[in-house]
Amino acid sequence: MSEQTASPHGATRPRRMAGQRLFGLPLEAASLVLLVVFWQIVATLFPSRLMPSPLVVVGEMWSLTVDGRLLSDMGKTLSRTAISFVVAMVLGTAIGIAMGRNRVLDRLLSSWVVIGLNVPAIVIAVILYIWLGLTEFALILAVTLNKLPVVVTTIREGVMSFSRDYDELALAFRMPAGRRLRLITTPQLMPFVLAAARTGLALIWKIVLVFELLGSDGGIGFRIQTFFQFFDITGIFAYTIAFIIVVFVFEYLVLRPVEGRVLRWRADRS
Amino acid sequence: MARGPQLSLAIRAKRFDTAHAPLFSDFRLDVAPSSVVALVGPSGVGKSTLLRLVAGIDTAYEGRIAIDGVPAAEAPPAGFVFQDARLLPWLSARENIRAVRAATTAAEADAALGRVGLGGFETAFPHQLSGGMQRRVALARAFSVNPRLLLLDEPFVSLDRSLVRDIQSVLKELIATHEPTVLLVTHLAEDAAVLADRAVVLADRPVRVVADVTFGVPRDARTPTDLVRIVTEIEGVQAGAASAPA
Repeated sequence: MSEQTASPHGATRPRRMAGQRLFGLPLEAASLVLLVVFWQIVATLFPSRLMPSPLVVVGEMWSLTVDGRLLSDMGKTLSRTAISFVVAMVLGTAIGIAMGRNRVLDRLLSSWVVIGLNVPAIVIAVILYIWLGLTEFALILAVTLNKLPVVVTTIREGVMSFSRDYDELALAFRMPAGRRLRLITTPQLMPFVLAAARTGLALIWKIVLVFELLGSDGGIGFRIQTFFQFFDITGIFAYTIAFIIVVFVFEYLVLRPVEGRVLRWRADRS
Repeated sequence: MARGPQLSLAIRAKRFDTAHAPLFSDFRLDVAPSSVVALVGPSGVGKSTLLRLVAGIDTAYEGRIAIDGVPAAEAPPAGFVFQDARLLPWLSARENIRAVRAATTAAEADAALGRVGLGGFETAFPHQLSGGMQRRVALARAFSVNPRLLLLDEPFVSLDRSLVRDIQSVLKELIATHEPTVLLVTHLAEDAAVLADRAVVLADRPVRVVADVTFGVPRDARTPTDLVRIVTEIEGVQAGAASAPA
């Protein structure tokens, strides 16, 4: 969060505001603490096997980690997520750029994109499982196909919003193609790539788990299905929290630093 | 010896569509080396289009535009200052200058910013600079390619007059130092009177030269009286062109 201050030269410069805090913690961390406190209160008020306390769940997480199941399942889910994410981003960005630049291709493929955006994810998974069997390839392909239209749409809109003014600037100064790509095209595209990555990743996390639940030989979704059969809510909470921790680590150690670096010029404006 | 090139325009036809009359038809203009020529005319007459043709941004025309005998599209890049500053918002002032020419070092870019009075703002992003400062960066960028030809498209539009005088004096210094051939597009006779050696008044469609006024008194020797005389002369021609039947 920042505000603009005028300099003596008439320019504006950003000034960082002091981060707001609650109980001495940044607001984001304080909200998580509040959530755990609320959970503990509910678990105390309604003691039941179906509402374990945070401490019991942490204990379960520890034992699942020690016996190796949690890490093994997490590894399978993360590798499926990573492969689907990378393939969908690379393919989706290429197709999105092509559609944004070529009106004929855009008109030709836009119906496919609409279908892809609206066919329920579970339908694609079921069809691919029937065609290809309950295989790793079918699962990853199903996840990729679900995410692909989201990436294509975001990138296509981004390319269509490119400013022609900057193309004129490049032409006037005879900027070589490589330099134009690096200094004009890529910076305009990056906000859309990051938006596609963020929304796409949120989608993939969820879809991978559902597809694992539907048919796989391991992974968080598969294990949650097993816990469901035994009404083991403690195990479900333990896996969910472990999963949430991974999401937060990725958010704060990867996504936000990358966004901060790439979009620094935009962040300073707000 | 003049450093700027001889500029020759011979445009047989320039049209945007076949349904309308061409914007330019058998249009000719010659600009002497290292002279500053103002293209004056009402908004929409085609002044900016002419500049885009000379810069090689728009190559869809019939005819020949030559810079020292070399076709414009094959000539080294001109220094171009657009109506808006047109800085790349994701690059700092320094990097905006370096963006248009790979060989420009950071030190050279900083020196260019210093020459337009922006020392200390090298790492500022465009949105952190005022409108006037952004125009100065655009000027520094245009001169950073060591242009022999400088193309200025309404470089003072939407700036208040005190700021315009400020930037005009910077521009005059840079022109005196680099001695490029300059085409200045403006709709204000005042800008032409301060910066140019000659004003070409444009009107109608297809565009025609309704007057070609050489000012006589050198730029640096002009008194306020000279400036008023030149402005009056240009505005008189413009008024005549506006009232005359096309």
